[in-house]
Amino acid sequence: MLNYIWAFMILLGVVFAAFTGRMSEVTNAALDSAGEAISLCITMAGVMALWMGLMEIAQRAGVIEKMTKGISPFLTFMFPRIPKGHPARGYIATNIIANVLGLGWACTPAGLKAMEALSKLEEERGNPGYRDGGNRVASNEMCVFLVMNISSLQLIPVNMIAYRSQYGSANPAYILAPAIAATLFSTLVAIIYCKIKDGKGADRACKY
Amino acid sequence: MQILTHLSDILIPAIIFLVVGYGLVSRIKVYETFLKGAKDGLGVVVDIMPTLIGLMVGVGVLRASGFFELLGSLLGPLTESMGLPAQLVPLLIVKLFSSSAATGLVLDIFKTYGPDSYAGMVTSILMSCTETVFYTMSVYFLAAKVTKTRFTLSGALISTLAGTVASIFLAGRMM
Repeated sequence: MLNYIWAFMILLGVVFAAFTGRMSEVTNAALDSAGEAISLCITMAGVMALWMGLMEIAQRAGVIEKMTKGISPFLTFMFPRIPKGHPARGYIATNIIANVLGLGWACTPAGLKAMEALSKLEEERGNPGYRDGGNRVASNEMCVFLVMNISSLQLIPVNMIAYRSQYGSANPAYILAPAIAATLFSTLVAIIYCKIKDGKGADRACKY
Repeated sequence: MQILTHLSDILIPAIIFLVVGYGLVSRIKVYETFLKGAKDGLGVVVDIMPTLIGLMVGVGVLRASGFFELLGSLLGPLTESMGLPAQLVPLLIVKLFSSSAATGLVLDIFKTYGPDSYAGMVTSILMSCTETVFYTMSVYFLAAKVTKTRFTLSGALISTLAGTVASIFLAGRMM
Protein backbone atom coordinates (compact mmCIF):
# COMPACT_ATOMS: atom_id res chain seq x y z
CA MET A 1 0.00 0.00 0.00
CA LEU A 2 2.69 2.43 1.08
CA ASN A 3 4.59 1.64 -2.12
CA TYR A 4 1.81 3.17 -4.18
CA ILE A 5 1.10 6.12 -1.90
CA TRP A 6 4.75 7.08 -1.71
CA ALA A 7 5.41 6.68 -5.44
CA PHE A 8 2.20 8.61 -6.14
CA MET A 9 3.35 11.55 -3.97
CA ILE A 10 6.82 11.72 -5.52
CA LEU A 11 5.80 11.23 -9.15
CA LEU A 12 2.76 13.49 -8.98
CA GLY A 13 4.84 16.14 -7.21
CA VAL A 14 7.55 16.19 -9.86
CA VAL A 15 5.13 16.13 -12.81
CA PHE A 16 2.95 18.82 -11.24
CA ALA A 17 6.01 20.97 -10.54
CA ALA A 18 7.06 20.65 -14.19
CA PHE A 19 3.71 22.17 -15.18
CA THR A 20 3.70 24.93 -12.57
CA GLY A 21 7.38 25.72 -13.10
CA ARG A 22 8.38 25.02 -9.51
CA MET A 23 11.25 22.62 -10.07
CA SER A 24 13.69 24.61 -7.92
CA GLU A 25 11.18 24.64 -5.02
CA VAL A 26 10.86 20.87 -5.33
CA THR A 27 14.65 20.48 -5.20
CA ASN A 28 14.83 22.53 -2.01
CA ALA A 29 11.83 20.75 -0.49
CA ALA A 30 13.34 17.31 -1.08
CA LEU A 31 16.63 18.25 0.57
CA ASP A 32 15.13 20.26 3.43
CA SER A 33 12.52 17.63 4.27
CA ALA A 34 15.16 14.95 4.70
CA GLY A 35 17.10 17.11 7.14
CA GLU A 36 13.94 18.07 8.96
CA ALA A 37 13.01 14.41 9.46
CA ILE A 38 16.24 13.93 11.38
CA SER A 39 15.72 16.93 13.67
CA LEU A 40 12.18 15.70 14.33
CA CYS A 41 13.55 12.29 15.30
CA ILE A 42 15.83 13.95 17.85
CA THR A 43 12.85 15.58 19.58
CA MET A 44 10.89 12.36 19.35
CA ALA A 45 13.75 10.32 20.77
CA GLY A 46 13.50 12.21 24.06
CA VAL A 47 9.73 11.84 24.38
CA MET A 48 9.69 8.20 23.32
CA ALA A 49 12.55 7.28 25.66
CA LEU A 50 10.74 8.94 28.58
CA TRP A 51 7.45 7.23 27.84
CA MET A 52 8.89 3.78 27.13
CA GLY A 53 11.01 4.04 30.29
CA LEU A 54 7.90 4.72 32.37
CA MET A 55 6.00 1.92 30.66
CA GLU A 56 8.84 -0.51 31.37
CA ILE A 57 8.41 0.28 35.08
CA ALA A 58 4.65 -0.16 34.77
CA GLN A 59 5.09 -3.48 33.06
CA ARG A 60 7.61 -4.86 35.59
CA ALA A 61 5.32 -3.77 38.41
CA GLY A 62 2.53 -5.85 36.87
CA VAL A 63 0.30 -2.90 35.96
CA ILE A 64 -0.49 -4.33 32.52
CA GLU A 65 -1.52 -7.74 33.94
CA LYS A 66 -3.69 -6.04 36.55
CA MET A 67 -5.37 -3.88 33.92
CA THR A 68 -5.89 -6.92 31.72
CA LYS A 69 -7.75 -8.61 34.59
CA GLY A 70 -9.58 -5.38 35.32
CA ILE A 71 -11.23 -5.17 31.93
CA SER A 72 -12.61 -8.73 32.14
CA PRO A 73 -16.23 -7.56 32.65
CA PHE A 74 -15.90 -5.31 29.62
CA LEU A 75 -14.63 -8.25 27.54
CA THR A 76 -17.59 -10.36 28.63
CA PHE A 77 -19.88 -7.52 27.56
CA MET A 78 -18.26 -7.08 24.15
CA PHE A 79 -17.62 -10.76 23.42
CA PRO A 80 -20.37 -12.65 25.25
CA ARG A 81 -19.90 -15.85 23.24
CA ILE A 82 -16.16 -16.34 23.80
CA PRO A 83 -15.98 -18.97 26.57
CA LYS A 84 -14.36 -17.82 29.85
CA GLY A 85 -10.74 -18.93 29.95
CA HIS A 86 -10.39 -19.12 26.15
CA PRO A 87 -6.92 -17.82 25.13
CA ALA A 88 -8.52 -15.29 22.76
CA ARG A 89 -9.74 -13.29 25.76
CA GLY A 90 -6.22 -12.79 27.11
CA TYR A 91 -4.83 -11.66 23.77
CA ILE A 92 -7.71 -9.26 23.15
CA ALA A 93 -7.26 -7.77 26.63
CA THR A 94 -3.51 -7.30 26.14
CA ASN A 95 -4.12 -5.68 22.77
CA ILE A 96 -6.65 -3.21 24.17
CA ILE A 97 -4.48 -2.28 27.17
CA ALA A 98 -1.38 -1.86 25.00
CA ASN A 99 -3.43 0.43 22.78
CA VAL A 100 -4.63 2.49 25.74
CA LEU A 101 -1.07 2.93 27.04
CA GLY A 102 0.33 3.77 23.60
CA LEU A 103 2.57 0.70 23.45
CA GLY A 104 2.46 0.23 19.70
CA TRP A 105 5.01 -2.57 19.72
CA ALA A 106 2.93 -4.67 22.13
CA CYS A 107 -0.37 -4.08 20.28
CA THR A 108 0.20 -5.83 16.99
CA PRO A 109 1.68 -9.14 18.20
CA ALA A 110 -1.12 -9.55 20.75
CA GLY A 111 -3.67 -8.53 18.13
CA LEU A 112 -2.44 -11.08 15.61
CA LYS A 113 -2.44 -13.78 18.31
CA ALA A 114 -6.01 -12.78 19.12
CA MET A 115 -7.03 -13.23 15.48
CA GLU A 116 -5.42 -16.69 15.40
CA ALA A 117 -7.18 -17.66 18.62
CA LEU A 118 -10.48 -16.40 17.23
CA SER A 119 -10.12 -18.51 14.10
CA LYS A 120 -9.35 -21.52 16.36
CA LEU A 121 -12.58 -20.72 18.16
CA GLU A 122 -14.46 -20.85 14.84
CA GLU A 123 -12.83 -24.20 14.13
CA GLU A 124 -14.03 -25.49 17.51
CA ARG A 125 -17.50 -24.20 16.73
CA GLY A 126 -17.45 -26.17 13.48
CA ASN A 127 -17.63 -23.18 11.13
CA PRO A 128 -17.14 -24.91 7.74
CA GLY A 129 -14.71 -22.36 6.23
CA TYR A 130 -12.34 -22.81 9.15
CA ARG A 131 -12.79 -26.58 9.51
CA ASP A 132 -12.24 -27.65 5.93
CA GLY A 133 -10.31 -24.67 4.61
CA GLY A 134 -12.01 -22.64 1.92
CA ASN A 135 -13.74 -19.31 2.10
CA ARG A 136 -13.31 -17.91 5.55
CA VAL A 137 -15.97 -15.50 6.67
CA ALA A 138 -15.08 -13.22 9.60
CA SER A 139 -16.82 -14.25 12.82
CA ASN A 140 -18.77 -11.70 14.84
CA GLU A 141 -15.97 -11.68 17.39
CA MET A 142 -13.39 -10.85 14.72
CA CYS A 143 -15.46 -7.97 13.39
CA VAL A 144 -16.06 -6.54 16.85
CA PHE A 145 -12.41 -6.93 17.80
CA LEU A 146 -11.16 -5.17 14.68
CA VAL A 147 -13.66 -2.33 14.88
CA MET A 148 -12.60 -1.83 18.52
CA ASN A 149 -8.98 -1.96 17.45
CA ILE A 150 -9.43 0.65 14.71
CA SER A 151 -11.48 2.96 16.91
CA SER A 152 -8.45 2.61 19.20
CA LEU A 153 -8.87 3.92 22.72
CA GLN A 154 -5.64 5.77 23.49
CA LEU A 155 -4.78 7.52 26.74
CA ILE A 156 -1.69 9.52 25.78
CA PRO A 157 -0.94 10.25 22.11
CA VAL A 158 2.82 10.33 22.73
CA ASN A 159 3.79 10.87 19.08
CA MET A 160 1.42 13.79 18.60
CA ILE A 161 2.82 15.55 21.66
CA ALA A 162 6.36 15.08 20.35
CA TYR A 163 5.44 16.44 16.91
CA ARG A 164 3.64 19.42 18.44
CA SER A 165 6.61 20.31 20.60
CA GLN A 166 8.98 20.01 17.64
CA TYR A 167 6.92 22.51 15.65
CA GLY A 168 6.83 25.10 18.40
CA SER A 169 3.49 24.56 20.12
CA ALA A 170 3.08 26.82 23.15
CA ASN A 171 1.56 23.90 25.05
CA PRO A 172 2.11 20.51 23.37
CA ALA A 173 0.01 18.63 25.95
CA TYR A 174 -2.95 20.99 25.49
CA ILE A 175 -4.65 18.47 23.21
CA LEU A 176 -4.58 15.63 25.76
CA ALA A 177 -8.04 16.06 27.22
CA PRO A 178 -9.88 16.81 23.96
CA ALA A 179 -8.03 13.88 22.38
CA ILE A 180 -9.27 11.60 25.16
CA ALA A 181 -12.80 12.94 24.74
CA ALA A 182 -12.65 12.33 20.96
CA THR A 183 -11.20 8.83 21.29
CA LEU A 184 -13.84 7.95 23.90
CA PHE A 185 -16.56 9.20 21.58
CA SER A 186 -15.31 7.29 18.51
CA THR A 187 -14.93 4.15 20.64
CA LEU A 188 -18.41 4.57 22.10
CA VAL A 189 -19.88 4.85 18.61
CA ALA A 190 -17.93 1.72 17.64
CA ILE A 191 -19.25 -0.17 20.69
CA ILE A 192 -22.87 0.77 19.97
CA TYR A 193 -22.54 -0.17 16.30
CA CYS A 194 -20.92 -3.50 17.18
CA LYS A 195 -23.58 -4.32 19.77
CA ILE A 196 -26.33 -3.71 17.20
CA LYS A 197 -24.60 -5.78 14.51
CA ASP A 198 -23.49 -8.48 16.92
CA GLY A 199 -27.04 -8.87 18.24
CA LYS A 200 -28.43 -9.29 14.72
CA GLY A 201 -25.82 -11.85 13.70
CA ALA A 202 -26.01 -13.83 16.96
CA ASP A 203 -28.31 -16.58 15.68
CA ARG A 204 -26.21 -17.09 12.60
CA ALA A 205 -22.96 -17.28 14.52
CA CYS A 206 -24.18 -20.16 16.71
CA LYS A 207 -25.88 -22.15 13.96
CA TYR A 208 -23.04 -24.35 12.76
CA MET B 1 -13.75 23.34 28.39
CA GLN B 2 -11.95 24.68 31.51
CA ILE B 3 -11.97 21.14 32.93
CA LEU B 4 -10.45 19.73 29.74
CA THR B 5 -7.60 22.25 29.86
CA HIS B 6 -6.98 21.48 33.51
CA LEU B 7 -7.03 17.74 32.86
CA SER B 8 -4.50 18.16 30.04
CA ASP B 9 -2.14 19.90 32.45
CA ILE B 10 -2.21 17.32 35.21
CA LEU B 11 -2.42 14.08 33.23
CA ILE B 12 1.26 13.55 32.42
CA PRO B 13 2.61 14.52 35.88
CA ALA B 14 -0.05 12.26 37.42
CA ILE B 15 0.96 9.29 35.28
CA ILE B 16 4.66 9.81 36.01
CA PHE B 17 3.93 10.03 39.75
CA LEU B 18 1.68 6.96 39.79
CA VAL B 19 4.00 4.77 37.71
CA VAL B 20 7.16 5.61 39.65
CA GLY B 21 5.33 5.44 42.98
CA TYR B 22 3.68 2.12 42.19
CA GLY B 23 6.98 0.73 40.90
CA LEU B 24 8.69 1.71 44.15
CA VAL B 25 5.94 0.14 46.26
CA SER B 26 6.20 -3.04 44.18
CA ARG B 27 9.93 -3.08 44.95
CA ILE B 28 11.03 -2.59 41.36
CA LYS B 29 14.45 -1.07 40.74
CA VAL B 30 12.69 1.87 39.18
CA TYR B 31 15.66 3.79 37.87
CA GLU B 32 17.40 0.85 36.20
CA THR B 33 14.12 -0.33 34.74
CA PHE B 34 13.43 3.15 33.42
CA LEU B 35 16.83 3.21 31.70
CA LYS B 36 16.17 -0.12 30.02
CA GLY B 37 12.80 1.05 28.71
CA ALA B 38 14.27 4.37 27.59
CA LYS B 39 16.88 2.50 25.59
CA ASP B 40 14.13 0.50 23.88
CA GLY B 41 12.34 3.78 23.17
CA LEU B 42 15.42 5.12 21.39
CA GLY B 43 15.46 1.93 19.32
CA VAL B 44 11.86 2.60 18.27
CA VAL B 45 12.80 6.08 17.04
CA VAL B 46 15.81 4.76 15.12
CA ASP B 47 13.51 2.20 13.48
CA ILE B 48 11.06 4.83 12.26
CA MET B 49 13.73 7.30 11.16
CA PRO B 50 14.04 6.03 7.55
CA THR B 51 10.23 5.96 7.26
CA LEU B 52 10.00 9.56 8.37
CA ILE B 53 12.71 10.69 5.95
CA GLY B 54 10.98 8.94 3.05
CA LEU B 55 7.53 10.25 3.82
CA MET B 56 8.51 13.79 4.73
CA VAL B 57 10.39 14.04 1.43
CA GLY B 58 7.34 12.71 -0.41
CA VAL B 59 4.98 15.19 1.21
CA GLY B 60 7.54 18.00 0.90
CA VAL B 61 7.87 17.42 -2.85
CA LEU B 62 4.11 17.31 -3.30
CA ARG B 63 3.64 20.50 -1.29
CA ALA B 64 6.37 22.39 -3.15
CA SER B 65 4.82 21.43 -6.48
CA GLY B 66 1.73 23.46 -5.56
CA PHE B 67 -0.56 20.42 -5.66
CA PHE B 68 -2.04 21.00 -2.19
CA GLU B 69 -2.91 24.59 -3.08
CA LEU B 70 -4.82 23.40 -6.12
CA LEU B 71 -6.60 20.75 -4.06
CA GLY B 72 -7.37 23.30 -1.37
CA SER B 73 -8.85 25.82 -3.78
CA LEU B 74 -10.98 23.11 -5.39
CA LEU B 75 -12.25 21.52 -2.17
CA GLY B 76 -11.99 24.46 0.21
CA PRO B 77 -15.41 26.07 -0.42
CA LEU B 78 -17.10 22.68 0.01
CA THR B 79 -15.36 21.51 3.20
CA GLU B 80 -15.04 24.80 5.02
CA SER B 81 -18.80 25.15 5.29
CA MET B 82 -18.59 21.99 7.45
CA GLY B 83 -15.88 23.48 9.64
CA LEU B 84 -13.21 21.31 8.06
CA PRO B 85 -10.14 23.20 6.81
CA ALA B 86 -9.35 22.16 3.23
CA GLN B 87 -5.78 21.23 4.18
CA LEU B 88 -7.21 18.34 6.16
CA VAL B 89 -8.90 16.61 3.22
CA PRO B 90 -5.76 14.84 1.92
CA LEU B 91 -4.95 13.85 5.51
CA LEU B 92 -8.38 12.30 6.07
CA ILE B 93 -8.08 10.24 2.89
CA VAL B 94 -4.48 9.10 3.39
CA LYS B 95 -5.16 8.25 7.04
CA LEU B 96 -7.58 5.52 5.95
CA PHE B 97 -4.73 3.71 4.22
CA SER B 98 -1.53 4.34 6.10
CA SER B 99 -0.77 6.03 9.40
CA SER B 100 2.88 6.67 8.57
CA ALA B 101 1.99 8.41 5.30
CA ALA B 102 -0.57 10.41 7.28
CA THR B 103 2.20 11.40 9.69
CA GLY B 104 4.04 13.05 6.80
CA LEU B 105 0.96 15.18 6.08
CA VAL B 106 0.45 16.00 9.77
CA LEU B 107 3.97 17.37 10.03
CA ASP B 108 3.40 19.41 6.90
CA ILE B 109 0.26 20.95 8.42
CA PHE B 110 2.15 21.71 11.66
CA LYS B 111 4.99 23.30 9.72
CA THR B 112 2.77 25.42 7.49
CA TYR B 113 0.00 26.50 9.88
CA GLY B 114 1.49 25.74 13.30
CA PRO B 115 0.32 23.09 15.79
CA ASP B 116 -1.76 25.63 17.74
CA SER B 117 -3.72 26.90 14.72
CA TYR B 118 -7.27 25.65 14.17
CA ALA B 119 -6.11 23.22 11.45
CA GLY B 120 -3.27 22.12 13.74
CA MET B 121 -5.66 21.49 16.65
CA VAL B 122 -8.10 19.46 14.54
CA THR B 123 -5.15 17.45 13.21
CA SER B 124 -3.69 16.83 16.67
CA ILE B 125 -6.98 15.54 18.06
CA LEU B 126 -7.92 13.62 14.94
CA MET B 127 -4.64 11.70 14.82
CA SER B 128 -4.99 10.75 18.48
CA CYS B 129 -8.38 9.13 18.21
CA THR B 130 -8.56 6.40 15.56
CA GLU B 131 -6.25 3.95 13.79
CA THR B 132 -5.77 3.51 10.07
CA VAL B 133 -8.66 1.45 8.64
CA PHE B 134 -7.44 -0.47 5.60
CA TYR B 135 -3.93 -1.21 6.85
CA THR B 136 -5.14 -2.66 10.16
CA MET B 137 -7.82 -4.71 8.44
CA SER B 138 -5.47 -6.18 5.86
CA VAL B 139 -2.79 -7.14 8.40
CA TYR B 140 -5.20 -8.68 10.92
CA PHE B 141 -7.44 -10.52 8.49
CA LEU B 142 -4.41 -11.83 6.62
CA ALA B 143 -3.22 -13.39 9.88
CA ALA B 144 -6.54 -15.25 10.22
CA LYS B 145 -6.75 -15.95 6.44
CA VAL B 146 -10.21 -14.37 6.38
CA THR B 147 -11.54 -13.13 3.04
CA LYS B 148 -15.09 -11.99 3.88
CA THR B 149 -14.89 -9.18 6.41
CA ARG B 150 -18.63 -8.50 6.97
CA PHE B 151 -19.36 -5.48 9.16
CA THR B 152 -15.74 -4.63 9.99
CA LEU B 153 -15.32 -1.98 7.29
CA SER B 154 -18.63 -0.22 7.93
CA GLY B 155 -17.96 -0.21 11.69
CA ALA B 156 -14.43 1.10 11.24
CA LEU B 157 -15.58 3.87 8.89
CA ILE B 158 -18.44 4.92 11.17
CA SER B 159 -16.09 5.11 14.14
CA THR B 160 -13.54 7.10 12.09
CA LEU B 161 -16.29 9.48 11.02
CA ALA B 162 -17.39 9.89 14.65
CA GLY B 163 -13.80 10.66 15.63
CA THR B 164 -13.50 13.24 12.85
CA VAL B 165 -16.71 15.01 13.84
CA ALA B 166 -15.66 15.01 17.50
CA SER B 167 -12.23 16.43 16.59
CA ILE B 168 -13.72 19.31 14.61
CA PHE B 169 -16.21 20.07 17.38
CA LEU B 170 -13.63 19.92 20.20
CA ALA B 171 -10.94 21.86 18.33
CA GLY B 172 -13.46 24.65 17.78
CA ARG B 173 -14.22 24.74 21.52
CA MET B 174 -10.56 24.67 22.56
CA MET B 175 -9.45 27.64 20.47
